[in-house]
Amino acid sequence: MIPQLYSVRQIKQETHDTFTLELDPKDGTKTPSFEAGQFNMLYVFGVGEVPISISSDPTAPKYLMHTTREVGIVTKAMRKLKRGDMIGVRGPYGTHWPIEESAGSDIVIVAGGIGLAPLKPALCHLVARRENYGRVVLLYGTRSPNDILFQKELKQWRADFDLEVYVTVDRAIGSWRGNVGVVTTLIPKAPFDPLSSVALICGPEVMMRYTVQELVRRGVNHGKIHISMERNMKCGIGFCGHCQMEASFVCKDGPVFTYGALENIFGKREV
Amino acid sequence: MEILKLAIAEHPFGKNLEPRFLKMLAGGAAHVSFKQDQHIFREGEECDFTFLINSGSVAVDIYSPTKGAITIQTLSDGEVLGWSWLVPPFRKHFDARALEVVHAISIKGQYLRDLCEQDHDFGYELLKRFIGVVANRLQKTRLQLIDIYGDN
Ligand SMILES: Cc1cc2nc3c(=O)[nH]c(=O)nc-3n(C[C@H](O)[C@H](O)[C@H](O)COP(=O)(O)OP(=O)(O)OC[C@H]3O[C@@H](n4cnc5c(N)ncnc54)[C@H](O)[C@@H]3O)c2cc1C
Ligand code: FES
Repeated sequence: MIPQLYSVRQIKQETHDTFTLELDPKDGTKTPSFEAGQFNMLYVFGVGEVPISISSDPTAPKYLMHTTREVGIVTKAMRKLKRGDMIGVRGPYGTHWPIEESAGSDIVIVAGGIGLAPLKPALCHLVARRENYGRVVLLYGTRSPNDILFQKELKQWRADFDLEVYVTVDRAIGSWRGNVGVVTTLIPKAPFDPLSSVALICGPEVMMRYTVQELVRRGVNHGKIHISMERNMKCGIGFCGHCQMEASFVCKDGPVFTYGALENIFGKREV
Repeated sequence: MEILKLAIAEHPFGKNLEPRFLKMLAGGAAHVSFKQDQHIFREGEECDFTFLINSGSVAVDIYSPTKGAITIQTLSDGEVLGWSWLVPPFRKHFDARALEVVHAISIKGQYLRDLCEQDHDFGYELLKRFIGVVANRLQKTRLQLIDIYGDN
């Protein structure tokens, strides 16, 4: 439960409200390995602790990366950290995206807003082992072209790694020539075989609910749809009950669940 | 005429439509193309057509004097553009602009309205299909309105 000290090596502003922290262990040890989809509890000293997914490349973990949207007290304080400042890290915690288990399948990834960050390690893994997978399709929705995360990586994945990347925004002005509409509108025409596809979804819960509906409509099996859930957390390791969803703890049994496992509670009120 | 009938039958909008209804639709239809950046219609215009898009993509814009064209939706192959032929005064509510070369089937609004009045079976079938398109758009627009990627 005691956080390990990390120092900030760099802060990168990704968009107007989202930034990436690059962190090194203070004691000079190697960055611990992790699985795509896992999260850390990040402690901003004197302010508070929040769960944030790891956004670095799990196949080459040079340093720890966390991509965070500023929403409230802790995440705003985190943005104010400077190079060399200390932060507490506990983890990695939780379940992961079933990347190795899905070798041989088509992979369809649906991300909404900041939801692309927890999926980035999965994408890094897929491009590093590209030959092990069928079609890899990324459907990504954001509010506007200015909110698109990881623009350099998106271009590279599309150009160099044969990833089919479709981006859509809610509204656009100016020179945008891409899709406009919610991310679910991309699903009916996306080029994947629903019967041999594994789907990974991350974004706000409402977006995930409608995404699941479209994927099921296309014929993707409930057990092959994986979603990353968010609940308020305190301990991060299944002790305090803060993140409980019926019989499951999001911190320990999730955050990545199959839709099949959550079918009866996903999208329900007051769970 | 035969070619148009086939083309309508192949478009998702015309899927499983009775052959006699296909023939009726084809009677008022034509193949049309638009160059990149060409306006297909503009807000307020009396463009009494509906379009079944075969290829290319179309931006649906609202024009703002301060911001210029604000794209609120894009439509592409397999989708339907324009249902104001159904609702008086049959004027377009948005601009539609080809983002790339667009090939589509256009069908005249007045022609469709006349057929719907003359043959209610045809009218009911056509309206069921258009209501499907409108309901789908409304649902997507609602998701855009709640700022689905925000703090919901
Ligand atoms: C497993 C897990 C992984 C996560 N991974 C990431 C990640 O990679 N990047 C990231 O930016 N966030 C991530 N989050 C969400 C993050 O933990 C919260 O945004 C954070 O706890 C907010 O803390 P705060 O003190 O800044 O805001 P608070 O002061 O707690 O909240 C301030 C305002 O922000 C709103 N808010 C709180 N949480 C969220 C949220 N999740 N989404 C939108 N609005 C919110 C609240 O409703 C409130 O209005 C993850 C959450 C979980 C459970
Ligand atoms: S955060 Fe304590 S049980 Fe999950």
